[in-house]
Amino acid sequence: MARWPWLTGFALLLAALPWAVPNAYLLDVINRIGINAIAVIGLNLVMGYAGQVSLGHAGFFGIGAYASAVLTSRYGWPPLAALAGGMAGAGALAFAVARPILRLKGHYLAMATLGLGIILSIVITNEAGFTGGPDGMPVDALSVAGFSPSGERQWYFVIAVCLWCAAWLAGNLVDSPMGRALRALHGSEPAARSVGVDTARYKARVFVIAAVLASLSGSLFAHYVGFVTPQVASFMHSIELVTMAVVGGLASIGGSVAGAALLTVLPQALAEFEGWEMVAFGALLILVMVLMPRGLVPTLARRFGGARARA
Amino acid sequence: MAEFLQFLFSGVTSGSIYALAALGFAIIFNASGVINFAQGEFIMLGGMVSVFLAAAGLALPFAVLGAVLVAVVAGLVLEKAAIEPARSAETVTLIIITIGASILIQGVAQIVFGKGQHALRPFSGEAPIVIGGASLLPQSLWVLGVSALMVAGLWLFFNRTLPGKAMLAVSANRLGAELVGIDIRRTWLTAFGLSGALGAVAGALAAPITMTSYDAGLMLGLKGFVAATLGGLGSGLGAVAGGLILGLLEAMTAGYVSSAYKDAVPFVAILLVLFFLPRGLFGSRAAERV
Repeated sequence: MARWPWLTGFALLLAALPWAVPNAYLLDVINRIGINAIAVIGLNLVMGYAGQVSLGHAGFFGIGAYASAVLTSRYGWPPLAALAGGMAGAGALAFAVARPILRLKGHYLAMATLGLGIILSIVITNEAGFTGGPDGMPVDALSVAGFSPSGERQWYFVIAVCLWCAAWLAGNLVDSPMGRALRALHGSEPAARSVGVDTARYKARVFVIAAVLASLSGSLFAHYVGFVTPQVASFMHSIELVTMAVVGGLASIGGSVAGAALLTVLPQALAEFEGWEMVAFGALLILVMVLMPRGLVPTLARRFGGARARA
Repeated sequence: MAEFLQFLFSGVTSGSIYALAALGFAIIFNASGVINFAQGEFIMLGGMVSVFLAAAGLALPFAVLGAVLVAVVAGLVLEKAAIEPARSAETVTLIIITIGASILIQGVAQIVFGKGQHALRPFSGEAPIVIGGASLLPQSLWVLGVSALMVAGLWLFFNRTLPGKAMLAVSANRLGAELVGIDIRRTWLTAFGLSGALGAVAGALAAPITMTSYDAGLMLGLKGFVAATLGGLGSGLGAVAGGLILGLLEAMTAGYVSSAYKDAVPFVAILLVLFFLPRGLFGSRAAERV
């Protein structure tokens, strides 16, 4: 179960990437991919490994984004403290709702997580005194002990380090006893319970970890773009995150990154086809799900790498 | 009192629309186990196609009929092209497929109809009827009457016709239904077509009151899903009750508490209900079999 070859390879790839990229525009796209991938890796732990649907993950992303925006500008918190505050807040909320929500199954769980996400996005839209309402608000620059990343290249390294840490954390978690417990309860919850797995506790834990990662991703997004709107917490953004996880491949960390890459690049590439981008996006979503229900990376890994569908 | 009556009227009107949306969810869920996130787009199509056919000079009844036809075709194509090939897929996969369909339909609607907001002409007059100091739009009566007719029609369909009983049989036990010779695929097609028609009627009824646009289906669809879950997924009576309860809750909150948080009401309500009754208000209490 050695994951180090993969993680080392991923680190080398991340380190080499900026030298292979010709211009700042592409690097900007890559940065956005990285930010999304952090949230998707967390979501994939919940959906892919534990088998629990979450259609409200953008709510946690929004908590991070608005914690960074509001706490720094209105309360004068240092950015790093605001980022940590967002992660703590998202984690605490996830912990509070995890038990009653994750007790639900199938479509009821989908409904509850969807509702949670929408409530968060409505609160963000309505509390205009703090959040600037539907028009959004500007976000101060990220600065850590005097260093403030500027330009796509400096930001790239900040995001790359965070992304690598998220992948490392997720990999360790999957290989730990907790990862085994999650896969067991994914297979059959009553069976997992009958062999002594405290399913409620493990589900709550992985939900909290995913919420914290989404909040981190939201904070990075807010500082990187420099402006946030309630769109970041919207239902559509939740759907984008879920789509990235599912299209890339559930229960695959590499799939999370690949899914984030594909679904970040695609809308940008289709943007010039005025109106048709939605049609193409929808059609592609259906096509991938019908032809490769397991997602891109696991399907391709199986085809080219034999049975070793690990990424 | 007049104030309360006013909120009651608007609550029951929007509640009827939610009930029709919820019935669409329930029918498809019963027949196939799929939650169809494109249900809201059927409602949008019902409103938008009616508006544009009416603007093109068609008489209102024919415009609405045309809209229903378009939505039925959309439902049938969705089932044939996207749901049937992925029949054995996991829940998440099916959810993503219907969301993909929803985005696709929105995209097409945006290209064909543009991004503007549109209102349909009320079916019969705009002079409000005053009852006990509260005013009731004639269109609300249309909404209530037609919704009641649809519910009665569905009851007849499920209790008195062979295709309707077949659909109930499939929802009770798919394998058993197949063994007695029920064509599962045709049942699924019927369910998607029927839901398309229901959605389109709801959309056409609501269009004179709420305005409609290419992206109007999202919120309506989500609230329909809430209503269907509130009543207990798959229960027809539950869907109607869920829809009416949602409409009333929303109207009372908008009137007495805060209109800004009106849209949050359904979601807060469903979270609270699911916390205490994990299978909705009228869902079965049967234990899960392992």
